[in-house]
Amino acid sequence: MSEALPSMPQEQSYERDQVIKIINSVIQKVEHAGDDANTAIYEELQGLQKIIEDARSAIGATRPDDINAKYIPNATDELDAVVESTAEATGTIMDAAEIIMEKAGAIGGEHGDAITNEVMKIFEACSFQDITGQRITNVVKTLKAIEEKVGKMITIIASRIPGIGDSSDLPPEQDTRTADEKLMNGPQMPDKAITQEDIDKLLSDF
Amino acid sequence: MSVDKNMNVLIVDDYNTMLRIIKNLLKQLGFPNVDEATDGGQAYEMVQQKTYGLIISDWNMEPVSGIDFLKNVRGSGEAYANTPFIMVTAESKTENVVMAKQAGVNNYIVKPFNAETLKAKMTAVIGEF
Repeated sequence: MSEALPSMPQEQSYERDQVIKIINSVIQKVEHAGDDANTAIYEELQGLQKIIEDARSAIGATRPDDINAKYIPNATDELDAVVESTAEATGTIMDAAEIIMEKAGAIGGEHGDAITNEVMKIFEACSFQDITGQRITNVVKTLKAIEEKVGKMITIIASRIPGIGDSSDLPPEQDTRTADEKLMNGPQMPDKAITQEDIDKLLSDF
Repeated sequence: MSVDKNMNVLIVDDYNTMLRIIKNLLKQLGFPNVDEATDGGQAYEMVQQKTYGLIISDWNMEPVSGIDFLKNVRGSGEAYANTPFIMVTAESKTENVVMAKQAGVNNYIVKPFNAETLKAKMTAVIGEF
């Protein structure tokens, strides 16, 4: 008498080990039957077992937890840096414009008025910082919503397929960029960048 | 009746850039007495302590938005029922304009705007100056 199939949980969800146990059970039955048709089924089931194992490995190799741990935080940090640097630049432009406006007032007359009118256009144009800041804030909110939903999906997948959602055991991700490409990362975040003084010191050490 | 350019004007925006832009435009238009607030809550406290002849407020601010600030101002009794209130905002949907009007706004300016637009809307609200 062959071994009874493992009992199914009431819900239609199976742990990975349960699925493998079921398959192994069927394989065991077929092995004892010795019929040609059963052999064919046996081979099919072996193939199925391999597909499941391969799928699990493939999902794990995509490192889904990197989306939340690395990519989205990097993107939001970059966008925050854009808002910060444009605000700083706009502040500097307006500092200068206010001084020019003051000097224009002292000059007075036709020339003073003309300068003041042009300075007012600078002020008007500076409102781009408010508009772009609001748009970027909306993008950051969207990224955070995606991060939350991806996190929930990973939690669900990880509860069914052990090991998924934790890339700490995986080998480091391969960087396939060329040597030149690896040197082109765009502006560094302020806390990671070296200063001009550091660069000067570095060059003087050569 | 002529407009008193020395009246107090309150401008409200959570972006320092916008506060500076509006303040400079107002200065250029001849309104030197300008106070600033960075959200509707702070602005409402200021309104209760000082009389303002004109309020120019952004919509999208935290923790208290411009629309809630407007509702608070209009709900504060006779003293504030007719204070000229202009909404200056990037919110340009019809429903926003309708809601602001229903809440008692006097005029509505969409960002980005220029000095000419600001002057035209101010004139519509407080009269020629």
